[in-house]
Order: sequence, then structure tokens, then C-alpha cells
Amino acid sequence: MALTEPEILAGLGEIVDEVAGVPADQVTPEKNFVDDLDIDSLSMVEIAVAAQDKFGVEIPDDQLKNLKTVQDVVNYVRSAEVSA
Amino acid sequence: MLMRLAEGAAGARILAFGGYQPARVVTNDELAATLDTTDEWIRSRVGIASRRIAGPDESLADMATAAGGKALAASGLSPADIDLVIVATCTPEAPIPNTAATVATRLGIAAPGAYDLNAACAGFCYALSAASDAVRAGSARNVLVIGAEKLSQWVDWTDRSTAIIFADGAGAVVVGPVTDPDEGPGIGPVVWGSDGSMADKIAIKDRDSFLAQEGQAVFRWATTAMHPVARRACERAGVHPTDLAAFVPHQANLRIVEAIARKIGAPQALVANDIVTAGNTSSASIPLALSKMIERGEVGSGAAVLLLGFGAGVCYAGQVITVP
Repeated sequence: MALTEPEILAGLGEIVDEVAGVPADQVTPEKNFVDDLDIDSLSMVEIAVAAQDKFGVEIPDDQLKNLKTVQDVVNYVRSAEVSA
Repeated sequence: MLMRLAEGAAGARILAFGGYQPARVVTNDELAATLDTTDEWIRSRVGIASRRIAGPDESLADMATAAGGKALAASGLSPADIDLVIVATCTPEAPIPNTAATVATRLGIAAPGAYDLNAACAGFCYALSAASDAVRAGSARNVLVIGAEKLSQWVDWTDRSTAIIFADGAGAVVVGPVTDPDEGPGIGPVVWGSDGSMADKIAIKDRDSFLAQEGQAVFRWATTAMHPVARRACERAGVHPTDLAAFVPHQANLRIVEAIARKIGAPQALVANDIVTAGNTSSASIPLALSKMIERGEVGSGAAVLLLGFGAGVCYAGQVITVP
């Protein structure tokens, strides 16, 4: 069963906390990974790998540059779940 | 006609280590003077504070000879005792002659078998395995194994994605037979492999090109595919990760080193971080890091240490060794 948006957001918060030490409650939809959460390109890879484990959705490297905000990742996971 | 086989040794072990780094230190601030980067940025991305770069007249063979000479002296063997020299490198001065024969002659090792081996950053672990096999098969009694790189000549010093990472240096070991059957092998079974479908991820495309890598792809591969290799190397050696005194992976990027270390299940093991002051020296990084850890007394005689090389090709190899 597909995850709801709040469930993905909560899962993503845990991942960002674990990978980059950013408290999960700061991982809100409008936040930009680079500008607001100070997450660099390598941490984005770690987030993508952890997201794959958690959500079962692969986020390839060539997609990472398009995922600028938390909402972008939530949308990506949701659309990938629908098409899966 | 019945042919005779060579008589080999029951096992192979490392007898001694040696390392060499060029004198010239290049700091992050020095790079930041010409590149769009800062000391803080470099430290946070790759964990490097400074690196060593060969002088203009310092060749790959010079560095390999220096490291090899130290290992040979530390082993207590004479040059005549060495009958095979392997140089792991991906930055030879030229396709021919190979580096190994030149280095052997400069060290006074007369007429050994001599070859270069290219498995990029996994080169040292490949060469160590080849040396161990040669000793066990009876093809050689004592082997000088050197990892040496002069990456600076292949780096575009205006490209901040690579200029901050790569460096020069050499590390060496002498491998010999296990003489006491009770002591067990000092070099465990290798776990190795490759994946040519990722050949373009780290490459020097032709003689007019510089070293280029896709950082994110390499990072993803190294942090997801290498810890299972490390764990298999422990399994094959019959050593539990919690029994490791140290983990010495290729010094690719401190964040890769730390990510793999977290995943192998050896929280007690000292993790090599020589990259901080040595940069990424490809096939030289493992023997260089380990020789310094031994020199500083951080790992004692008899300690089990896990080595793990990985890089361009992509190629990878890991094995457990016992510190001499």
C-alpha cells in the first residue's frame, strides 16, 4: 500500500536526522536541502540510499539535482510508488 | 612425461612495511588561492587538510624505490632474498618499461621477476594477493610489493572536484613464507571483483585527458557495495569483525572511509584516516596508512587488520592480514 504524504515526510525527517544530524522537526516541505538544511551533494546520495531502503523507491544520481526541496523528494517518492 | 610442480609455502605473511611521501606539502589554503574553494569546504567534503605532491624531478620510480627500500631494510632481508617485485600503480611514467624492473635494479635486487599491476585504488590489495599466491605456490620465496602513484601529473589543477583530492606517495611491504606452521597465515584469503559497466565513473580517457570522476556515483557505489566485500573478507579469513584491531580501507574520501567503517560491525577497530594529511594516493594509500599506524605503535604485532581497496575499473579487493 502506498504511503501517505505525512508518512513519507516523517520517514524523510528520520533519514535526514540520521544522515546529516538535522533534527527531524526541521525537515518541513518547503525547506531547501542545500540552502536551508546545509546538506551537500554527498549527503544527498546518502539520503537517496536510505530512502531506497525505507520506501523501496530508487532515486538515481541523475535525479538528485532535480530534488531541491523536501517536498520535491516527497513528490518523487509518491509518484514512483504510484507508477511501481 | 610427468612434470614436477614447485614446492610452495604453507602460508604467506607480511614481514615488514615502508612508506614514502614527497616533501612538498600542499595545504587547502594554497589550493583555495587559485580555485573556487575554501579550507572548510574541502575538509567537510573529503576530509583532507593537506596533501603531498611530488617535486618536478621526482619520478614514480623514485617514490617506489624509497618506500620499497624502507620495507626491505625493515624486513632484515638482503636484496638477494627477493625474487619477485610487484608495483601496483595506475600512473606509470610510460607504458614501457615497467616500473618494477627499474625499482628492483635501483634497490640492488638482481634479476627478480618484476611486473606492474593496475587495479587503480584496489591495486595494493590485488598485488598483496598475487604475492601471497606466488609464495604459497612456490613461484617466489620473498616478494617486494609496492603501491606507488604520481597522480599529480594527471590532475587538472583548475578542476576543484579532483584537485582537492588526489596526491602522490608510495607504500610497500615485504611478503615472505610462514615458517612456523603454528602461527597460521599472515595474509588471509582475498575477496575481489570488478564491474566494467562502471568504467566511465572514474577515468583518464586518453593521454590528453585529466583524471575525472563522477563523485556522487562513486560515493554511492563505495558506501553501499564495499562493506559486504569487507565482511566477506573477514568471513573467509575466519576472523570476526569484532576481533579486528584496525580497518585500513583505501583513503578515497574520509566520508567514504567513515561510512564503510560504520557498516562493517567493528566498532572497536581503529579506522585509518591518513587521508587527512596524505590525500588520496590510490594504490599507495593502504600501505602508506598502515606503515604509519605501525610506526606510531597504534597496532601491535599479531593484530588482525582488515584491508579494503576499491576504485577505478571499478575494481575492489579486501583481505585480513596479521601485523608482523
